[in-house]
Amino acid sequence: MLTITQALVDRIVAHARKDHPDEACGVVAGPAGSDRPERFIPMLNAAMSPTFYEFDSGDLLKLYRELDDRDEDPVVIYHSHTATEAYPSRTDISYANEPGAHYVLVSTRDTDDLGDFQFRSFRIVDGEVTEEEVRVVDSY
Amino acid sequence: MAIEVRIPTILRTYTDGQKAVEGSGNTLAELFADLETRHAGIQARIVDEGKLRRFVNVYLNDEDVRFIDGIDTKLSDGDTVTILPAVAGGMR
Repeated sequence: MLTITQALVDRIVAHARKDHPDEACGVVAGPAGSDRPERFIPMLNAAMSPTFYEFDSGDLLKLYRELDDRDEDPVVIYHSHTATEAYPSRTDISYANEPGAHYVLVSTRDTDDLGDFQFRSFRIVDGEVTEEEVRVVDSY
Repeated sequence: MAIEVRIPTILRTYTDGQKAVEGSGNTLAELFADLETRHAGIQARIVDEGKLRRFVNVYLNDEDVRFIDGIDTKLSDGDTVTILPAVAGGMR
């Protein structure tokens, strides 16, 4: 289960809305081992694409150095799908390399009347996808 | 010649959980071959058909080696090599 504050959910959704029709992506970091998302870090989608996202390689190095220095984990790794449901695609699964992270997917397809808005969370471990409950709280 | 290699979480199964290991080589290709002798299996996660895998980023000190010489990038004593899988995906 992912437990996350309403304020963080709002920021992830706002980022996805702002970048639509391109995919938005980012991380919510938290203290190592805590499984508690705290620090919102929107990332640039270097692919600038409606169908693909990739963190810029320079930004990725900076991000991981910073996480290491601050003793944090990437607790949530989020991205948006802009025309399809918020479920990990084959591409998402094959590039999922953080077995400890909650992979949050947001669908902004409602913008173009292609379906409902979705905010969902998954574990992706060794190519296996497991959807999990999202518990939204006011504070931890 | 000693090179520090920083290992991402996903590849620490090959390094007994260590976040960094030492290796040697005049180029990245030699370094990964050297790592393979002590951490069997790691090379194939980084290199495919003699090239760096598309969705694995390798940095020499602060620079993505794609902007240097890729797998032929030359190394010097005291360099740090960082391996980070890309964070990527998409709707298909």
